[in-house]
Amino acid sequence: MSKENNLMGWIDARFPLTKMWEDHLSKYYAPKNFNFWYFFGSLALLVLVLQIVTGIFLTMHYKPDGAMAFASVEYIMRDVDWGWLLRYMHSTGASAFFVVVYLHMFRGLMYGSYQKPRELLWLFGMLIFLALMAEAFMGYLLPWGQMSYWGAQVIISLFGAIPVIGDDITLWIRGDFVISDATLNRFFALHVIAVPLILVMLVVMHVLALHEVGSNNPDGVEIKKNKDENGIPLDGIPFHPYYSVKDIVGVVVFLILFSVVVFFMPEMNGYFLEYANFEPANPFKTPEHIAPVWYFTPFYAILRAVPDKLMGVIGMFGAIIVLFLLPWFDRGKVHSIRYRSNAFKYLLVMFCISFVALGYLGAIPATEARTWAARLFTLGYFGYFFGLWFISKNENTKPVPERVTS
Amino acid sequence: MSSDGIDNSRRRFLTAATTVVGGAGVVAVAVPFLASWNPSARAKSAGAPVEANIGKLEAGQQIIVKWQGKPVWIVRRDEEALASLKKIEPELSDIMSDESIQPAYAKNEHRSIKPEYLVVVGICTHLGCSPTYRPEITADWMGGFFCPCHGSKFDFAGRVFKGVPAPTNLVIPPHKFVAENVVLIGEDGEA
Repeated sequence: MSKENNLMGWIDARFPLTKMWEDHLSKYYAPKNFNFWYFFGSLALLVLVLQIVTGIFLTMHYKPDGAMAFASVEYIMRDVDWGWLLRYMHSTGASAFFVVVYLHMFRGLMYGSYQKPRELLWLFGMLIFLALMAEAFMGYLLPWGQMSYWGAQVIISLFGAIPVIGDDITLWIRGDFVISDATLNRFFALHVIAVPLILVMLVVMHVLALHEVGSNNPDGVEIKKNKDENGIPLDGIPFHPYYSVKDIVGVVVFLILFSVVVFFMPEMNGYFLEYANFEPANPFKTPEHIAPVWYFTPFYAILRAVPDKLMGVIGMFGAIIVLFLLPWFDRGKVHSIRYRSNAFKYLLVMFCISFVALGYLGAIPATEARTWAARLFTLGYFGYFFGLWFISKNENTKPVPERVTS
Repeated sequence: MSSDGIDNSRRRFLTAATTVVGGAGVVAVAVPFLASWNPSARAKSAGAPVEANIGKLEAGQQIIVKWQGKPVWIVRRDEEALASLKKIEPELSDIMSDESIQPAYAKNEHRSIKPEYLVVVGICTHLGCSPTYRPEITADWMGGFFCPCHGSKFDFAGRVFKGVPAPTNLVIPPHKFVAENVVLIGEDGEA
């Protein structure tokens, strides 16, 4: 006992270990009414760790070389002991990351977790989302299959829509006149070093910002308004052990579902690993139907819905930018969907339907009717933000309780 | 001079000067890093002109040559294909290729040096997919190239149709005939 105290005392005099433990875990007071939707933050962290660990081990066998990349992935799958598991964990992890992050973001929309004073927390989260998309996009080039190659060709060509300097920028990004070994090699460097470093730093800032302002909750009321004589929120419970233990339940359920995919359906019918990618990259032949992986399809559908090249690109990036600006589109004071108007609920339903429908339309070949449908849902997507701005000024809300319920 | 002996204006000047000089240093040192992303000397030399022998190309056939890593198509158009170029004009968005990229000697109604031979970069001007050659003329298809990615259509001269996502006609690379049956792609010649 005293020995441990001495050791901790020795460390604490030199490094704020106990202080950090208390600030972020044992004395970080989170609202006691967290529900199902609050699992996804910790799950995102779990997937990040999973991706980093499996990624490190994959780099030990993978060759970032245009002539060897495809074969080295097959080598990992067939000849490296348990290589198939490492690779399937990594590829499934990429999709799982987006599942978890999309649900985490939806939670934010529902409970107003982006509203004052959590705007910066939301912005850090959006930067994580952006870095994650860059990470996923660059990682997808590495297997050097047909879909890797042509997907990257299409996405890099998007920058060519920028007036005047567009073509020079695409040349600079590729480092060659087409996607080539040079592109593969630099994407590898960015995918395994640069972007993960940025991601980890952003996650640290996201958590620090969260612990500064405190967690929101399903009632959207500030628990810091009601404190006991020791300054501890009356509706708060220490993150550890209460939520650390609760999150373990989420982790177990998540890992069960994750394992089902890894072991029984790693390709997910071509949605997690596209079939065209089992063919080596061929710069002379575009696959008959090219589509991005499912987590990009909503944005891809917006790109395709707009008949003009530059406007399509603006629409696609605009779909991300409006998410960044969400805290300022929403002029309401009430946070949670529980106490907001029916108009808000209809808007959120419209947004979700639009997002899912765009995701579906972006994954299948375009026809004229589908393009019109994509246009309609694009309006639904953007309509959420403008509708929210419109209704939130004088919203007909319900009375918000003083303390959290249940 | 302030009362406690600190010259604030001098301090501000030094702070600003240090920031400017340091900032210039950061910008200067960023240049090599950013420039390292440009195509390397090796990539540029791989972009040197290439020769293609078209002696064995039959009417209606297409061959694909690699230039700068890109697919370049050489198509020998038959009478029917050449005749379609005029008929298709109302459906095109840039008939005379005013908005499109081609050498001056290929800016004509058949977009080539010799009417028979089309030399064109096989990369869609929309988002860089490689369209497929569809020479067979049917009731609803006048023949040409079709891009499977986003449905852009081009005629036998690589001219883009109206109402498709591709903004301009396919690019004609610089090229010249160095012999009766030999095309050099990547270098300008006289018309």
